[in-house]
Amino acid sequence: MLVFTIRRIIQAIPVIFGVSILVFLMMHLVPGDPAQVIAGEAASQQTIDQIRERLGLNDPIPMQYLQFVTNAIQGDIGTSIRTGQPVADEVFSRFWVTLELTVYSMILSTFIGLIAGIISAVRHYTVTDVVVMIIALFGLSMPNFWLGLMLIQFFSINLGIFPVSGWGTPEQIVLPVIALGTAGAAIIARMTRSSMLEVIGQDYIRTARAKGVKERIVIYKHALKNAMIPVVTVIGLEFGTLLTGAVLTETVFSINGLGRFVVESITARDFPAVQGSVLVIALIFILVNLLVDLSYRFLNKRIDLN
Amino acid sequence: MSNDADVLQIQDLQTSFFVDDGEVKAVDGVSLDIPKGKTVGIVGESGSGKSITSMSVMRLIRNPGRIKGGSIHYNGEDLLQKTEKQMQKIRGNKISMIFQEPMTSLNPVYTIGQQISEVIQIHQGLSKKDALSKSVEMLELVGIPSPKDRVKQYPHELSGGMRQRVMIAIALACNPELLIADEPTTALDVTIQAQILDLINELRRSLGMSVILITHDLGVVAETCDYVAVMYAGKVVEYADVHTLFKEPKHPYTVGLMNSLPRHDMDQDELNVIEGNVPKPGEMPEGCRFAPRCPFASDICTNELPDLMETEDGNQVRCWIYSEKWDGDPEVNVKNDYQTARSQ
Repeated sequence: MLVFTIRRIIQAIPVIFGVSILVFLMMHLVPGDPAQVIAGEAASQQTIDQIRERLGLNDPIPMQYLQFVTNAIQGDIGTSIRTGQPVADEVFSRFWVTLELTVYSMILSTFIGLIAGIISAVRHYTVTDVVVMIIALFGLSMPNFWLGLMLIQFFSINLGIFPVSGWGTPEQIVLPVIALGTAGAAIIARMTRSSMLEVIGQDYIRTARAKGVKERIVIYKHALKNAMIPVVTVIGLEFGTLLTGAVLTETVFSINGLGRFVVESITARDFPAVQGSVLVIALIFILVNLLVDLSYRFLNKRIDLN
Repeated sequence: MSNDADVLQIQDLQTSFFVDDGEVKAVDGVSLDIPKGKTVGIVGESGSGKSITSMSVMRLIRNPGRIKGGSIHYNGEDLLQKTEKQMQKIRGNKISMIFQEPMTSLNPVYTIGQQISEVIQIHQGLSKKDALSKSVEMLELVGIPSPKDRVKQYPHELSGGMRQRVMIAIALACNPELLIADEPTTALDVTIQAQILDLINELRRSLGMSVILITHDLGVVAETCDYVAVMYAGKVVEYADVHTLFKEPKHPYTVGLMNSLPRHDMDQDELNVIEGNVPKPGEMPEGCRFAPRCPFASDICTNELPDLMETEDGNQVRCWIYSEKWDGDPEVNVKNDYQTARSQ
């Protein structure tokens, strides 16, 4: 298990480098001169030169990349043009809000998704199954920003139960988490259902029943652990989707998180801020996938150390 | 035939599957008695209903299947009247089952020890620790070397023969009165087959249980069974003790099955097959279900379904030839005339 863990961590290193190259190149992939883009149309040549000098754009590109990586390892991912603050500080002050939003949504998605999926699978082809799957289809089809707006309209404006915006109090948390978590719950429900259905048809489930095991234990002990293997993959991938979705949800609910920071930075052409935020988000995503890989080994003993 | 010496009495069992096209009668009026301490073989082609019969005894028929009628008396109590909860106390405890697919019948994410212990904990209420040491004993009983190490292993670390031994250990852990073995050796190598059958036989003798052995292999039947039920298209067509069955098979289908075995004492270019196929559900012939494939079939066979009739030697056969209503050649001898009749 330790060897397996170390191996997986080592495998993540090239991915991190790939991500850093892509993030670094972002600035250079923008059509035209990055300094010109940052300064805007009306800027004087002097301003542009200043920006170019400050961002080190006059150095050869490999040198710039080396500088970028060296700084990033030391925790310096540039300085925001907009605020003049280090991007790292800006990102980490907002990071926790986004992490909270994502993790709560994740918990909601997983919880609701698993339960709905199991119920659907156990009662497959009944009315319950059809109803659950139709709801899931709706959940899957609704864009989270639209769902967010509808939730605000109904619960905040019409009923006045929950606040329209913000983050922090329990009341403020409810709507954004529902808006963000619904699609994930739907995906996890559908995945759990099909995975459970496949597992329930397996010979070893028949064996469990033939042993006199109670149906509830057949489902939750014998079937679920096997069915979880593909579901965990989806949950891990879903985390990435949630991070992306947070951008929109935070905008809709005016939450001062990483997602909204990225949007604002893009609008303001604050390249260092965008670079830094994307790098942090990408690293989190890599970390989550690493955890997912490690959990396979725990769920399925057949995955060999090699 | 039913008496106190029977551990199981199946009466007119009917199990159907309700699919889009209508009802499929997989088991259609099967009656069968299983004497205490004996091995009863159920033979027949695929689709004859032999596995569904055994799954019905375990009450493990799942949707869209349903047991429609009949009774299954186990020690005087009708299993079909029991609640699911009562059945859970019987399954794996009083009546156990092992299956055809040893490779996939064990749960891949739990250890061998956990899977044997589970059945012991459920039915005997032993602690985890005691159940595990009982598991080690069971593995020893079924002839698995170094059982103490094996209990910690996962199914994928064991061969097919070993896994079937584990299945037998699970099935016998609670000293069942009846073991149902559904083609237990079909998926195994020939050498392992013999070992597994010997093991089942030996344990049956030492533990004094009854065995229902489902197979399509007449060689296996000859070696292990005391009585044999031959099934065709959801019905029992012949029931006899194993000696009589092989010496004087009565039903044309039984004779056909025996003739289709490859012979080692003759140089054969071709195997003798029974022409045609098992009738599809929904296309069941009106009369005897074997009539379309039977070389002896006469008018009555195609028009009227025969009952299971008792013969002079106390066995049973479902064939008009043995009844007073027989309208064909009165001198016919099914066993001796089969080949001649077939070639005509």
